[in-house]
Amino acid sequence: MAGTAVLPAPTQSRARKFVKLLQNSDQVAHLVTFIFAASVFLVTVLLAYELWIHSAPSRAKFGLAFLFSQTWDPVAEKFGALPFIYGTVLTSFLALLIAVPLSVGAAIFLAELAPARLSNVCTFLVELLAAVPSVIYGLLAIFTVIPLLRQYGEPFLKKTLGFLPIFQGPAYGVGYLAASITLGIMTLPFIISISREALLAVPREQREAALALGATKWESTWQVVVPHARLGIIGSIFLALARALGETMAVTMVIGDDTAIHTSLLAPGYTIAAIIADNFTEATGEVFVSALVELGLVLFVLTMILNAAAQLLILATTQKGSKR
Amino acid sequence: MNKITLWAIGVGLAAAVAMPAETINAAGATFPAPIYQKWFEEYHKAHPEVQINYQSVGSGAGIQQLTQGTVDFGASDMPMTDEQLGKITKYKVLHFPTVLGGIVPAFNVTGVTDIKFSGETLAGIYLGTIKKWNDAALKKDNPGVNLPNEDITVVHRSDGSGTSFVFSDYLSKVSPEWKSKVGASTSVNWPVGLGGKGNEGVSGLVKQTPFSIGYVELVYVAQNKMSYGSVKNAAGNFVKADFNTVSEAAAGASKEMPADFRVSITNAPGKNAYPISSFTWLLIPAKFDNAVKGKAIKGFLDWMLTAGQQEAAGMSYAPLPKPVVVKETKQVASVQ
Repeated sequence: MAGTAVLPAPTQSRARKFVKLLQNSDQVAHLVTFIFAASVFLVTVLLAYELWIHSAPSRAKFGLAFLFSQTWDPVAEKFGALPFIYGTVLTSFLALLIAVPLSVGAAIFLAELAPARLSNVCTFLVELLAAVPSVIYGLLAIFTVIPLLRQYGEPFLKKTLGFLPIFQGPAYGVGYLAASITLGIMTLPFIISISREALLAVPREQREAALALGATKWESTWQVVVPHARLGIIGSIFLALARALGETMAVTMVIGDDTAIHTSLLAPGYTIAAIIADNFTEATGEVFVSALVELGLVLFVLTMILNAAAQLLILATTQKGSKR
Repeated sequence: MNKITLWAIGVGLAAAVAMPAETINAAGATFPAPIYQKWFEEYHKAHPEVQINYQSVGSGAGIQQLTQGTVDFGASDMPMTDEQLGKITKYKVLHFPTVLGGIVPAFNVTGVTDIKFSGETLAGIYLGTIKKWNDAALKKDNPGVNLPNEDITVVHRSDGSGTSFVFSDYLSKVSPEWKSKVGASTSVNWPVGLGGKGNEGVSGLVKQTPFSIGYVELVYVAQNKMSYGSVKNAAGNFVKADFNTVSEAAAGASKEMPADFRVSITNAPGKNAYPISSFTWLLIPAKFDNAVKGKAIKGFLDWMLTAGQQEAAGMSYAPLPKPVVVKETKQVASVQ
């Protein structure tokens, strides 16, 4: 900025003094960074508070039954969260089931086995994928995943595994399965990119020691490097889970948006984030709006529970493994 | 310091010069948003002193913002209920119909380009009691049409919308069973079917899914070249939706138009009236604290009812019929 140069002298020296104080004084730096850190806490608390306050009419009317009711009737103003909780958890779980083996495998290849040039190109592409907006994934799913599922995938599943109740009913294309596959594809880049970093961070000595003891390249990768990087890998999986739980746009485009619970994975369903996005702008009546806010609260708590579970899991695995 | 102060004054002056005399904020329905944007832009060109900003956030959100007083006026695809009106005590809210929309049953049935639907059949399909395309009820209305022995895939809107309100309002009028089991609202508890987000979501699903049916705005179906059926009106004729038949529904209903314009024109009387038609409204306070703002909005309303109406057809909206325009002009005069 040209303006800085022409500032009058007193101001300049005062500003300098302040910067110097910041650089030299531990206390000031401590205070400033503390305020920044506190703002994160404040935003979280404020979010929870707002969700709690604005869901009051719905909480008063339905109580805990809100969590277990399957009715979603805006005309009669009767609302229940179960179909949406079910849809959210099911699609996120299936998405991870699809994404984790694929992406951890890809990360191992890119970090350990691939030639450096190939690894760099692939990593660049993966990071590019992570930046694609979700609505693009949704459109992609509408034009590729859904027609493929309707014409080939679902009829095949019905023919071969149709005796299972989870693969019965008409093949619409859209539904739990389509949403899970889309979410799986969307979470791939997150797991690959972070897991790869974690694998690369494993000290060279670990590999060399394993090789020196007579292990093959794969044995050293699978038995030494991957266990060493498991914290990072687990972390990436939970980040992917958080993304899957909260994903809105792509899911509402492919899940079929039906407010009932179906056993079949081919049937249409709904997720919490999707119904909020779909209905919030046009919701009429206090109870309807507050029921949607309460769904937000449910999602907030669900995410918190799963995050806590992640922390516990990490704690448990670190204590079992080598203490570092 | 001096330089900064000068700079600030400069920016302030520039802003004051660039700012039009009156900025009016409005929010609401998405269905008429394209024509509203065009109207507000053209009116600003003709009257540079008036600038109207419109956010198409949805009818429900528009009503909410008007109630909270964060916008000067609202817009909605359904009239406000007495309960909603009761919440605004500061002033009376007037409804001004602006243009008309029609909602059509679009379908994807191989080899069939036209299907006649009666209200009862549409209700039966959406209730899930009519399951096959060659159901006796459909065959009866469509002699000579080769309807296949295939399951009907029903598609509805998943997002809350004025379109769903008009469609479910029509079904409530023609089917007692629909009225008692489902009812009419911007989003309802659909007994069967897949949901699609927005007109584009529903028409996308219908286009992709063989043997499906979905309801979409006439504007949208015209742009996308989809097959859609004719619907039996109150006079017993099967009518295909276009600007004329939709406008005729409004003309038929305008004879019994209530003074506050809060009226549903689904299943309207009239030989060629298209039965799934609706007004969309501007929600204008009857009295403005700021007299300049009030005058500006009155000016716009008068322009909208005359010059504005002529642009409707070009933008694929059905214009208001004459008798409604005459009644509305009187209401404009009452705004203060």
